[in-house]
Amino acid sequence: MRKKRINIYLKLLAISIVFILYISPLLLVLLNSFKTTKEFLLSPLSLPEKLNFQNYIEAFTKMNFISGFTNTVIVTVLSTLFIVLFSSMTAYILVRRSWRFNRYIFFIMVGSMLIPFQAIMIPMLRIFGAIKMTNSIWALIYLYIGFGASLAVFIYHGFIKSIPIELEEAAMIDGASRIQVFFHIVFPLLKPTTITIVVLDMLWIWNDFLLPNLVLLRPSQMTLPLSTYRFYLTYTVDYGLLMAGLVMTVAPLILIYLFLQRYIIKGIIQGSIK
Amino acid sequence: MIHREERFFDKLKAYLVFGGPLTFIFFTVIICSFIFGIYLTFTNWDGISRAYNFIGIKNYITLFHTKAFWTSFTVTLKYVFAMAILTNVIAFFLAYILTSGLKGENFFRAGFFSSNLIGGIVLGIIWNFIFSVVLVYIGKNFFSFIPFLSKSWLGDPEKALWALVFTTVWQYSGYMMIIYIAGFLSVPKELLEAASIDGASNFVKLKNIIIPFMVPSFVVCFFLSFGRGFIVYDINLSLTTGGPYHSTELISMYVYEKAFLAQQYGIGQASAFFLFIIVFIVAISQVYFGKKLEIEA
Repeated sequence: MRKKRINIYLKLLAISIVFILYISPLLLVLLNSFKTTKEFLLSPLSLPEKLNFQNYIEAFTKMNFISGFTNTVIVTVLSTLFIVLFSSMTAYILVRRSWRFNRYIFFIMVGSMLIPFQAIMIPMLRIFGAIKMTNSIWALIYLYIGFGASLAVFIYHGFIKSIPIELEEAAMIDGASRIQVFFHIVFPLLKPTTITIVVLDMLWIWNDFLLPNLVLLRPSQMTLPLSTYRFYLTYTVDYGLLMAGLVMTVAPLILIYLFLQRYIIKGIIQGSIK
Repeated sequence: MIHREERFFDKLKAYLVFGGPLTFIFFTVIICSFIFGIYLTFTNWDGISRAYNFIGIKNYITLFHTKAFWTSFTVTLKYVFAMAILTNVIAFFLAYILTSGLKGENFFRAGFFSSNLIGGIVLGIIWNFIFSVVLVYIGKNFFSFIPFLSKSWLGDPEKALWALVFTTVWQYSGYMMIIYIAGFLSVPKELLEAASIDGASNFVKLKNIIIPFMVPSFVVCFFLSFGRGFIVYDINLSLTTGGPYHSTELISMYVYEKAFLAQQYGIGQASAFFLFIIVFIVAISQVYFGKKLEIEA
């Protein structure tokens, strides 16, 4: 018994050390965001002399934070919303009707998950550039729906298959239309899967860099990863300011995570089992 | 399901109501681009001019004779394998410790996962600062007898790639840990108890019970690590920008530079298509070996 106790303390000690090493980069960013460049150069490891919010105020205006934040929220929320809505409906018809056509569509969608983004980006820009559908956040949302479709359909497909059909049949006999059946009976049952897809897509779209970097050109439309990168290129040596900018970029997701942690982790697990 | 013969028009209507918008968007974005992309690899398009010619497989021949392409490809392979192995080993042990009933497990789990909330660009900037300022500072002031830290890793062609591997491992191991934790929890407790009663050591339990039960988790985690590793771009851009001297230019960045900076779209697209073939082969063989392992275990 005693040996077991020691064992547990050793484990706790080991994991704590690893944990501190793990989060120290983030803590260092936070610490240095309150320092002036002079203070920073003297010692990047020390505590700041006082809580100085000057860097934040400066970074906030120089990064054009409000604009970047608003764009990111619009793109992330709308893309995720449409992916969830359209994919669940598509997966539903694919599962509940076993036409040969449906099997082909499903096969193509699953197969397309193996195509890396890089193999699509060049021709995609050519096609959407030719019909003048680049350079706006609406085009970006359209593209995100396309890129998010296959994984979402795949996950929903697996889940809908496990839902017994009797419920739907009963409702149909009572005279509900197929659309009503879907929205009143099936969609509420899909909630765990919907959470998974929302989590995966939000993390992906909020942080994505390459696609918006190719599609959005005007600074007024930039999402946070783009404006952060531009900010970084401009203020590479102004460390305090840069760190404050990074903290502001990361903070919204961390805040959401603090509240919805349980769902997010559950969502990741669900998504991986499929 | 209520079985009855449906007419073609009814089927079409039902499909379009439910799947119409998504199918349309999916085909225009992914499938059209993909097919058009294959066509582009056989042309000499420069990205600007309207006219371009069909030149057969010349792009592929040029590509395969380009040294920079092979360098980038080798670097990518090194990166992907080092990153996948390290990530999974670390994630597995984190999950092992964090399912053994310690106090504060949930706190640790949530903490280790938090690096995944940060996007590649920001992550690269953070670690750029760690490698080029903090570690150098620590090396100069506390460990000046070890030359290992006194110069930035990012300035050294050999170490820069390891810096990139390290950063990725730091990010992904928290994510994979979550999947492994789910795997550990799926191992039946009765089996472990029975083994303990029979006097099996922790190591024997790990080897003979836990690992065989966790084959699906390994398959998923390696699949995800390979999939992400081959297409990573943003960390690469903000951490090393491919330098020093192109020593860390991964294939994704190579495609980007060829197409958008060197304006050789045909060759850029050919290398992207080559990347697709590699990812495809890796994925298929993984599914194949994964299935085989699962059956054996």
